[in-house]
Amino acid sequence: MTRTLTVLATGPLTTVQDAGRPGLGALGVGRSGACDRAAAALANRLVGNHPDAAVLEATLGGLVVRAGTDLVVTTTGARCSAAHDAPTRLRAGAELRLGRPDTGLRTYLAVRGGIAVEPVLGSRSTDLLSGLGPPVLSSGDEVPVGSAAGPMPGVDLAPVPDPPGGEVTVRLLPGPRRDWFTSPAALTASAWEVTGESNRIGLRLAGVPLARARTGELASEGMVRGALQVPPSGQPVLFLADAPVTGGYPVVGYVEDADVDRCGQLRPGQTLRFRGAVAPR
Amino acid sequence: MRVLPSGSTALLVELDDLDAVLGLYAALTAEPLEGVLDVVPAARTVLLVTDPAVTTLAAVEQAVRRTPPRPGRRDGGELVELPVVYDGADLTDVAGHLGVDPDEVVRRHTGTTWTVAFCGFAPGFGYLTPDGEPWDVPRRDTPRTRVPPGSVGLAGGFSGVYPRESPGGWQLIGRTDVAVFDVARDPAALLRPGVRVRFAAA
Repeated sequence: MTRTLTVLATGPLTTVQDAGRPGLGALGVGRSGACDRAAAALANRLVGNHPDAAVLEATLGGLVVRAGTDLVVTTTGARCSAAHDAPTRLRAGAELRLGRPDTGLRTYLAVRGGIAVEPVLGSRSTDLLSGLGPPVLSSGDEVPVGSAAGPMPGVDLAPVPDPPGGEVTVRLLPGPRRDWFTSPAALTASAWEVTGESNRIGLRLAGVPLARARTGELASEGMVRGALQVPPSGQPVLFLADAPVTGGYPVVGYVEDADVDRCGQLRPGQTLRFRGAVAPR
Repeated sequence: MRVLPSGSTALLVELDDLDAVLGLYAALTAEPLEGVLDVVPAARTVLLVTDPAVTTLAAVEQAVRRTPPRPGRRDGGELVELPVVYDGADLTDVAGHLGVDPDEVVRRHTGTTWTVAFCGFAPGFGYLTPDGEPWDVPRRDTPRTRVPPGSVGLAGGFSGVYPRESPGGWQLIGRTDVAVFDVARDPAALLRPGVRVRFAAA
């Protein structure tokens, strides 16, 4: 009996994620990490792991794993398993199947002891933009599970709301280049559709295009998760976990950090509204 | 110095020029500010990423305004020498742009001391600026879909080395066998901001 999970199916995309690689931006290495950080941390806490331990991030369900030994597991985020928000024993040889969630996009599977793939630059996160970290999971992979863990938290169920479907509203803060646009307040005036080209790098939004107040090019500058960058099309990109370290298009605003996790649960077709002030200086 | 808002966890510090960027970056690397997780230099700016559990944006702004810049450039930083085989596919085009022959491009490229201004595009991809005469080489009209790792290129006022295979629009003048990015090495990036570089014809 080995401390592993065998991956029998991955769904559309499953990666290993932890808290990412802070502190390496100057080398051109982005932070990466779980898209819904709060859900990943909750999953870890429910099985007695450090909140930054590595978990599996499944996109739109479909992940199937088989335990190589008796394990304690749970899922959080988008609900699609019998072990959701509750620590559950998975006997050796038993399978955990993720269906398709009714709402939300990303489900986190935590295993007591943590996912123990080899870290790269201090993190086990797969960064889809830079190519750092373990490869995207494939059917047949044997994923090692760690043994060290803290005490079990003594809770049977975490009462957290499921990610909502439909329209979602998040708070907006000023970005460094809001004065590059004739009317940055237009961001909050209408709804934005999350398009199908969205991924872990960012949400591509569609709506009434933002008009530039000036021409010319911006020298590339640093940005972080939550940045709303506006390319010449006027359709913003909301950067998520695998955001680039720098970008050459102006950032008009930022989603409040505490609200960015909810953006990581949005599916193509859902609408996003911003509230807050992005007034020009 | 202008400090621009960048959401709830970061500040963007805008400076007069690249020397000021490297000076502030060197100061913040030598004496890190409490609660600052990441310091990201770029052409005219330094992004400070904070941990809101440890500090506030107001405290970081005050601290950065009080930080005297360090001489971060042309002042005896670490020197890296990179051996280059100058057989790049665009060497002749570059020579044409500069109005010289290919040997003169090599002579100028190896005769210049370069400084890593900042990284970006890919992990370990350093944007190198020359001491002395600026270079001005346009990007290729059509980017290549596949540039091999170790390729040495020029674009705009910069030179750079591709850390791994990737698409790219820089004019390629040669290649080096030195791994400029290696996750098994500490630090992983050879060409970090402030590092000085000499190229040598191999």
